[in-house]
Amino acid sequence: MAVKLSYREYFKEEALPLMWCAGCGNGILLRAITDALADLEIPPHQVVVSTGIGCWGKADDYMKTHGFHGSHGRALAFGTGIKLGNPDLHVLALMGDGDALAIGGNHFIHAARRNIDITAIISNNFTYGMTGGQYSPTTPLSYKTTTSPVGVAEPAFDVCGLAEECGANYVARSTVYHVTQLKRFIAAAIQKKGFTVVEAINTCPTHFGRRNIPGDSVEMMEYVKNLSVPKSRYEKMDEEEKAKHLVTGELVNKDRPDFLSVYREINSVESESGRGEGK
Amino acid sequence: MSRPKGVQLMEGNHACAWGAIDAGARFYAGYPITPSSEIAEVCARELPGYGGTYIQMEDEIGSMAAIVGASLSGKKSFTATSGPGFSLMQENLGVGIYQEAPCVLVDIQRVGPATGLATQPAQADVMQARWGTHGDHPIIALSPASVQEMYYLTIRAFNLAERFRSPVILLGDQVVGQTYENIALPDPDSLEIMDRKKPIVPPEEYLPYQYDEEDLVPPMAAYGDKHILHASSTCHCETGYSNFKYGTNRQLLTRLKNKIYNYIDEIIDVEYFGPEDADVTLISFGSSSRVCKYAVGLAEKEGIKVNLLRLISIWPFPDREVQQALARTGAAVVAEMNQGQLIGEVNRVNTTNTPVHLASGIDGELIRPEIIMTSIREAVK
Repeated sequence: MAVKLSYREYFKEEALPLMWCAGCGNGILLRAITDALADLEIPPHQVVVSTGIGCWGKADDYMKTHGFHGSHGRALAFGTGIKLGNPDLHVLALMGDGDALAIGGNHFIHAARRNIDITAIISNNFTYGMTGGQYSPTTPLSYKTTTSPVGVAEPAFDVCGLAEECGANYVARSTVYHVTQLKRFIAAAIQKKGFTVVEAINTCPTHFGRRNIPGDSVEMMEYVKNLSVPKSRYEKMDEEEKAKHLVTGELVNKDRPDFLSVYREINSVESESGRGEGK
Repeated sequence: MSRPKGVQLMEGNHACAWGAIDAGARFYAGYPITPSSEIAEVCARELPGYGGTYIQMEDEIGSMAAIVGASLSGKKSFTATSGPGFSLMQENLGVGIYQEAPCVLVDIQRVGPATGLATQPAQADVMQARWGTHGDHPIIALSPASVQEMYYLTIRAFNLAERFRSPVILLGDQVVGQTYENIALPDPDSLEIMDRKKPIVPPEEYLPYQYDEEDLVPPMAAYGDKHILHASSTCHCETGYSNFKYGTNRQLLTRLKNKIYNYIDEIIDVEYFGPEDADVTLISFGSSSRVCKYAVGLAEKEGIKVNLLRLISIWPFPDREVQQALARTGAAVVAEMNQGQLIGEVNRVNTTNTPVHLASGIDGELIRPEIIMTSIREAVK
């Protein structure tokens, strides 16, 4: 009988203590990812994590899988080359809200449109944590940050809505409070061929919470819990209530053929060896 | 379409694409831009037949990122661009240098800055090729002057990339990229092709950035191998993981420099043209150097003895070869299609205080012989 894999096969324990602040949910998200990989029994050498820059961009340093730490916003662009360079790999692009939606927004849009077989796992903490708590594309309207001292004047981006509109095969949102659900969504996303997105609503008591949420990191976690509502409840809400909440659950689940399958079919490529021309 | 056979009238950009394919390139990511787009077109058409992949990325930032990623997945990868695209690629060119990802970046130079003259030649990315990405770093750049060289130097660029585990820039220009000349592609089996060193230790002993003393280059696993490859754009030690200890950065930057500069003779490539001893030595590269060869003859008719030192590899700068040429000539003329970029390097190594003049072609066309002749006459005044 096969021995069940543990998250320890993927998590680099000697890296402890992690650099993330007390009360940050990135550790929970990392555990959910490594647990999901263990549940799926994917050998670590068949996984590449491609990270961006920022707090969540440190995640590769804590992983024992293959790792790629690139430049801010480009995790999906590097990941595209990694995946097409070796299509057998499971490529996980770990991005923050700034990575995925601000500087890397263009890559996000086109990765979804192309339906490249990559799993994007977005840690959305509503702020630029590493640089000191400036506002990001997901900071809610009027919330305070170090660069919006009296409130941000821009509306927030809906990560999942964008992914859906652009054509992602699987889109789900959960939070670092809903750990079991989060792990389940990540596992489903990894298994699904095509571009898949899991948005994990994360806590940042250090920056976002301090300026917007009364109380400590426990209250920050409560905030994230109360912010999220399942689809069934969300759909019954009026527009005003909806605006104050984020819907969680599996929001998209379809099977559009992924980029490489379509590319190979159109170009009549049967395998790695090509059409047999040249060497 | 299939591989051209026999003598063909071929465009430089096409020759470049075939050079890449013959060198083993199986992944191209790019964003179309004049005057380089034909390289993308040939790759889109031909790569699937070789089991390779062409992808048109959303911009040049993503293109450079994708070729670095594919390189670490074990593919020989490349991209091609021009001016504005070259600027956008600088960000992730630095990532490739730092992570030691072998790949080739072809820059078919056009007039800048900004949009400039999109269809017309310049050689004004010389310094951007050297220092365009931020931070201390070495770079290898080659400068083809003909369709033949677009083919053979592309192969050489891949070989150097694999040998040194570094991105290599092929610094062409609109003239060499879009000129048609006769070329006969050789039998691919007759070519000398280099491949990156693979690890020989068992997976559990593998440290992705532990280098061999003999060449300072770490053996390279690929994503998917049991040898775990951790590549970081953050300062890293031999494990590949982030490391912020005092000394790590010095060690890494020093090795990155030495792995290239200690073996510079494997890279430096120059051509000497004309009489051995001359009143004036022309120093040039790429398409300008072809006009220089013509100018050697023109000067001879005026009774001026002129020869040419053509730089085929321009980065690392061939200090020794330029220094020696300056030492044995009366005066030098640096001919380049910019306002004076290479000339700064020539002056840097001018220990003999040889008079150095500039012949500057910034008219959006191949530098005219008259511009070079004017500088030659000035040099012998």
